[in-house]
Amino acid sequence: MSNTPATLVEKIIARAAGVEAVSPGEIVTCQVDLAMILDSGGPRRIWPRLKELGVGVWDPEKIVVVADHFVPATDPAAAAILKLTREFVAAYDIAHFYDMQGICHVVLPEHGHLKPGMFCCGGDSHSTNAGAYGCYMAGFGAIEMTGVLVTGEIWTVVPETIRVDWSGSFGTGVAAKDVMLLLARELGMDNAFKAIEYGGDTVRGLPMAERVVLTNMAAELGAETALIEPDEVTLAAIRAAGAEPAADALTWRSDPQARYQARHQFDAAALQPQVAAPHKPSNSGPAADFERDHIRVDQAYIGACVGAKLSDLHMVAEVLRGRQVARGTRLMVAPASNRIMAEAAADGTLATITAAGGLLLSTGCGACAALGAGILAEDEVCISSTNRNFQGRMGANSSSVYLGSPYTVAASAVAGRIVDPRNLL
Amino acid sequence: MSVINGRVWKFGDEINTDVMAPGIYFKLPIEEAIKHCLEAVDPTFAPGVQPGDVVVAGRNFGVGSAREQAAMGFSGLQVGAILAVSFARIFYRNVLNLGVPALILPEAGEIAPGDQVRVDPVAGRVENLTQDKTYAVEPLPPHLMEMINAGGLMPYLKTRIAGEATHDSR
Ligand code: SF4
Repeated sequence: MSNTPATLVEKIIARAAGVEAVSPGEIVTCQVDLAMILDSGGPRRIWPRLKELGVGVWDPEKIVVVADHFVPATDPAAAAILKLTREFVAAYDIAHFYDMQGICHVVLPEHGHLKPGMFCCGGDSHSTNAGAYGCYMAGFGAIEMTGVLVTGEIWTVVPETIRVDWSGSFGTGVAAKDVMLLLARELGMDNAFKAIEYGGDTVRGLPMAERVVLTNMAAELGAETALIEPDEVTLAAIRAAGAEPAADALTWRSDPQARYQARHQFDAAALQPQVAAPHKPSNSGPAADFERDHIRVDQAYIGACVGAKLSDLHMVAEVLRGRQVARGTRLMVAPASNRIMAEAAADGTLATITAAGGLLLSTGCGACAALGAGILAEDEVCISSTNRNFQGRMGANSSSVYLGSPYTVAASAVAGRIVDPRNLL
Repeated sequence: MSVINGRVWKFGDEINTDVMAPGIYFKLPIEEAIKHCLEAVDPTFAPGVQPGDVVVAGRNFGVGSAREQAAMGFSGLQVGAILAVSFARIFYRNVLNLGVPALILPEAGEIAPGDQVRVDPVAGRVENLTQDKTYAVEPLPPHLMEMINAGGLMPYLKTRIAGEATHDSR
């Protein structure tokens, strides 16, 4: 490794490009350690292109395929996409195939695929999620993923790194989701060709399920990717997933003298629950302000890679215990993976949710991108623990989606309108 | 690559991939899905755009998901070039991979809907023939132009694979 101080993302890119050092703005070609593709933009788009090119895949061992966007099939078209995905996996001998086991970004670390220092590509914009494990992972379109599957390589512009530090502890009813709704407003959504590196004692103190919220929603900041330097929490999570981190895992961190394009410092204790109004995540403000506007909700949705992990379901149950979902509001909960579903069943979380009147949906992307159960009708209003609220994201063009933490979504389900969850905790 | 000469379709800031390619049309064949491109923002765009027309937009054009259907709307409708104040990263890569030149034009706001423009991605020049104004833009880097000139990533990969096959004997 070179003597020039470097940020974590620069070190990973340099290693993957086989060079001593890289600097921001430079265009390099990287060798890919892991490529993840999905039912939605994966085999259905890539297979015809592989056939057209007349070539196979570069390394089936390094490819992970997840069927999560269209599961379970709700019509013949979705069923056909899933069938094609299964046929593709069989045709190319891909062992790492997760069919209806959960949402890709959650399944990937659950099965021990992510380790510090890796250079990964994913066919989905929230692939940034993986950066919580100390690796580089960015999202690419299906054509580029075709290129990766054929060559095992991809070009990238070395991003500038922006360091975002949080210190102090969250107050009651505040979660990592609130951090990201605030950052979308503060840092904006057009940080293209930049990497976000999160740190500070707040981040160190978060469990992995909360850390990934920070890296997942770097996609909403428009960033190339986001990373968190690995520590003992990271290594414990990797071991719990049945994998063994490399001996040098903890050396994958930024140098103390590394150059950042910008540094931001935030106080976690001052953070209030946040809500993002339609139609973008940066339209955010304190939940208390929205509460004053008396915004009635037709649907409260707990789902997606970012917002339906076990810790998210625990937040929901904490709010719902001994309460009922308001009349005229429906609460739907789609746990992010089967493993999470099983854990939440075992510890009584699911029973708390259903006792309060919540409806359990199957694991998968579902209503998050208007692909599965829980789609909104014209003019309906939803508050959701998902990551995006663009117009039409969860259904009809005239529907509106507010984003909030699992606490805020659950509290709003109970109130029948958007509220600050701290009143219920 | 030849110079692009076309009529302007103008869009605002932060036009996202959900309005370019709404999820509810995902399962349609791509030729059908692109008829809904941007319908929530400008329903006349998809039916009215002519091959070679130029899309001009504000900040963070293509913000959102990795869905390539969003970029396919523009390649499928044969948009000649896209000029924007800034682009979202994956969308930018997707349109280039489909062979549509995408150029950053900080002054995009000065261009009006219906203006006639000439775009030269290699020289890095945008001429607004209607307003008689010329802008210098950053030309696309050579490795991207090589791919765009080949017609996008697929034709480029074909050339590369053919090249590797002939090198196999070494
Ligand atoms: S849950 Fe939503 S954000 Fe996450 S991968 Fe699926 S569609 Fe994308």
